[in-house]
Amino acid sequence: MNWKVEIKTMLKKSILDPQGQAVESGLDALGYKNVSDVNVGKHMELVVEDVESKAEVESQIEEMCERLLANPVIEDYTFQVEEMEG
Amino acid sequence: MKFAVITFPGSNCDQDCYHVAQEVLGQPTDMLWHKDAQDLSEYDCVILPGGFSYGDYLRTGAIARFSPIMNSVIDFAKNGGLVIGICNGFQILLEAGLLPGAMKINDNLKFVCKYVNLEVVNAETPFTNQCNKGEILQVPVAHGEGNYHIDEDGLEDLIANDQIVVRYEDEAENPNGSVMNIAGICNKEKNVFGLMPHPERCSESILGNGTEDGYKIFASILEYVTKGSEQCG
Repeated sequence: MNWKVEIKTMLKKSILDPQGQAVESGLDALGYKNVSDVNVGKHMELVVEDVESKAEVESQIEEMCERLLANPVIEDYTFQVEEMEG
Repeated sequence: MKFAVITFPGSNCDQDCYHVAQEVLGQPTDMLWHKDAQDLSEYDCVILPGGFSYGDYLRTGAIARFSPIMNSVIDFAKNGGLVIGICNGFQILLEAGLLPGAMKINDNLKFVCKYVNLEVVNAETPFTNQCNKGEILQVPVAHGEGNYHIDEDGLEDLIANDQIVVRYEDEAENPNGSVMNIAGICNKEKNVFGLMPHPERCSESILGNGTEDGYKIFASILEYVTKGSEQCG
């Protein structure tokens, strides 16, 4: 079975995000005065091939996030796994 | 003594480091390609140079950290070998877990390229024994991600173990927003050192930039290796 995976990494809530602050001030300059808490993260998509169970895919993605895709020192990650059709 | 300089795809300070170690310091130096995992025990010091390894994709240093030679560097460091990571090299050491903490994008979102005043906080390391505690070194920085971050417990550990080696002289000199103006740290054992400024860019007077302060870092390494750890750091 093949699986489509979407991964999101964000700076941890406790860590100031310079990019988010800059985007927020840009939005403010455009007149959007009611915007706050802007954070910028990364979105990744990938396909995992030939794995039978969703749990197995999830544990592989977890490991990949811890080792490479996120930096656990400063980033949190979340992901979604969906079975691909056909 | 013998140096090794490691070249990753995207390194661009490797030749400068080689030049300073081989020609200015006058010590035999090998250039090693990142794909060549090998025993490094014939070397006294391994230099991870600055640059943009793997185009800084994903995070700075994140992919270089898995280059085949990095396992050799980790073994070398665990056996007490001297490792210095400059700029991108520092970022790689953080990603490899050889030094604690992580890098964020500069707080002003700019790539900053200029001379800064660096205060030597710990002059008793293999990398700073030719400096005095509190001495100010003029060394250039050139980076977009040097905003050093570590959590509070980690910061307390750094302070308690004298691991903060150099810091920007004050808030005004801090080019990136790093916590406590940190510019360079070492591990607990003091044999792995990472710093954002580029000592290899200011190690000889012929460059005409008015400072040779970077030479003191390389001279410290030579002193430590040739005179032994008891005399210096």
